[in-house]
Amino acid sequence: MALYLLQRLAVFVATLVIASAIVFAVMEILPGDAAETLLGPTATPEAVAALGHKLGLDLPLYVRYGRWIAGLARGDFGVSYAYGSPIAPLIGASLAISLPLAAMAMALSAAMALAAGVYAAGRRGRAGDAVVIGLTQVGLAVPNFWLAILMVIVFAVWLRLVPAGGFPGWADPARAFGALILPAVALGVVQAAILTRVTRSALIEALDEDYMRTARAKGVSRRAALWRHALPNALAPVLTIMGLQFANLIAGAIVVENVFVLPGLGRLMLQSISNRDTLVVEDCVMLIAILVIGLNFVVDVACAAIDPRLRSRSA
Amino acid sequence: MSGFARGGFSLWLGATLAAALLMIAALSFVWTPYPPAAIDIPHKLAQPSLAHWFGTDSLGRDVASQLIAGARVSILVGVVAVGIGLVFGVALGLVAAFRKGVVEDSIMKACDFVFAFPALLSAIMLTSTFGPGVVNAIVAIGAANVPIIAKLTRATANSVLAREYALAARAAGRGPLAIAADHVLPNILPALIVQATIQFAIAILAEAALSYLGLGAQPPQPSWGRMLSDAQNVLYNAPRLAIYPGAAIALSVLGLNLLGDGLRDALDPRLRARS
Repeated sequence: MALYLLQRLAVFVATLVIASAIVFAVMEILPGDAAETLLGPTATPEAVAALGHKLGLDLPLYVRYGRWIAGLARGDFGVSYAYGSPIAPLIGASLAISLPLAAMAMALSAAMALAAGVYAAGRRGRAGDAVVIGLTQVGLAVPNFWLAILMVIVFAVWLRLVPAGGFPGWADPARAFGALILPAVALGVVQAAILTRVTRSALIEALDEDYMRTARAKGVSRRAALWRHALPNALAPVLTIMGLQFANLIAGAIVVENVFVLPGLGRLMLQSISNRDTLVVEDCVMLIAILVIGLNFVVDVACAAIDPRLRSRSA
Repeated sequence: MSGFARGGFSLWLGATLAAALLMIAALSFVWTPYPPAAIDIPHKLAQPSLAHWFGTDSLGRDVASQLIAGARVSILVGVVAVGIGLVFGVALGLVAAFRKGVVEDSIMKACDFVFAFPALLSAIMLTSTFGPGVVNAIVAIGAANVPIIAKLTRATANSVLAREYALAARAAGRGPLAIAADHVLPNILPALIVQATIQFAIAILAEAALSYLGLGAQPPQPSWGRMLSDAQNVLYNAPRLAIYPGAAIALSVLGLNLLGDGLRDALDPRLRARS
């Protein structure tokens, strides 16, 4: 296990380095430098050069890449071109909304998928199974941001139960939490549709295994055998898909935050795009990449902990 | 309900919805009830009527015309993005399957890596460098398709290459290109068609999300995603405007997903028992 962990750690670090190089390349090397975009088409070349010097844009690429990475490692994300203030607090404030939102959506989708997947797998081929499959088809087809808008129509416009959007801040945890419930549901339902299908087919596969017959022959009830033997065996693929889906969850959060006017990472990125604040976008994208790659690293390790067979296979 | 009946139902419903989407997009080139971008402020936010089947939006534009014309962008993005995914994905997947070892490992590692960048994130990066537009959306969505197709191609091609007829072809001295064209591609085509259908659906969802955020189709090009973001500004006055475009997206995606599932059942009976 120690060797496996070390190998995965090496891959993890290498992936992060490549990811940072790509993000840096797309954002910095491609045409149009930040000073030029910031000052607009009417700026004189002297003004562009002066601002470029102030922002450090005239330094060689590898120096700028090195500075950026060293800064990220220290938690120094640089200074926003548009606001003139450090970027780290901006990102920190938006993460205080986006991370709880993603976590809530993830927990919600896992709970729904587990319940629906176990239910459907236990009734394979019967009416209950067909209903679950039908519902997952609908869940896959409905865009999460449309579901979000529909919920705003129902709960804010018609029933007037909640405000249509905005975030009251964490000073009042109950209201803050309340503001995240609808967005989390909109995000979680679509994820749940995917996870339900994975849970169901992984369970169906496990139910056909010999150890299930053995368990039943020993007198373990169908239900107990499913929960005690089939589910733990089906968990590794489900966890893996959950990890892979996390990137989509974050992407979905960017869109859904926009529907509910939540000042999270998504809104920060979109605002920075319209402000031409490239460095903020660059930092945000890199941060999301770190989160996604990091979570998949954790999932890999968790799967290997659950299922020893995986350690030798993927080493 | 037998597995066959279920597959048949998915196939028919999916094919009908997908065909409707294609026909509506084709129709939009020759006819829409009104010019989709024609602004008519005196008749803004009109209720649905015989003159305006789905009413008008906050600028008096005919909603039905915009819905019909909006199918175009969805189809365009879907076709080109899936095309990019197929061209590069199949090529990479075949190279990985034929050239084992380091080449295969690096291609597969690169694929895993691209998974960490969902289309939306790549599109945001591209947009902040090049500005918003359909082309960036297509590139970002297409790039996200490549690893999915590449992994599928490699896995299915490997199983074909292990068959006797592929070994016999190799023993007879035929080159990798000939084997790929004569034996591998025809055998992996059903799996590719199924996956392409599903990626098409995902591309429509991604384009809608990007256009909703203002990163995709730009005005005056009608798009379902942008219609939704326009509708959000008048949500309290005319919530119905947010219903139609979303329903159009959901029906298109549902149709393509069902078509993919149905095709899988029809083309590959071995998979039917599992799903």
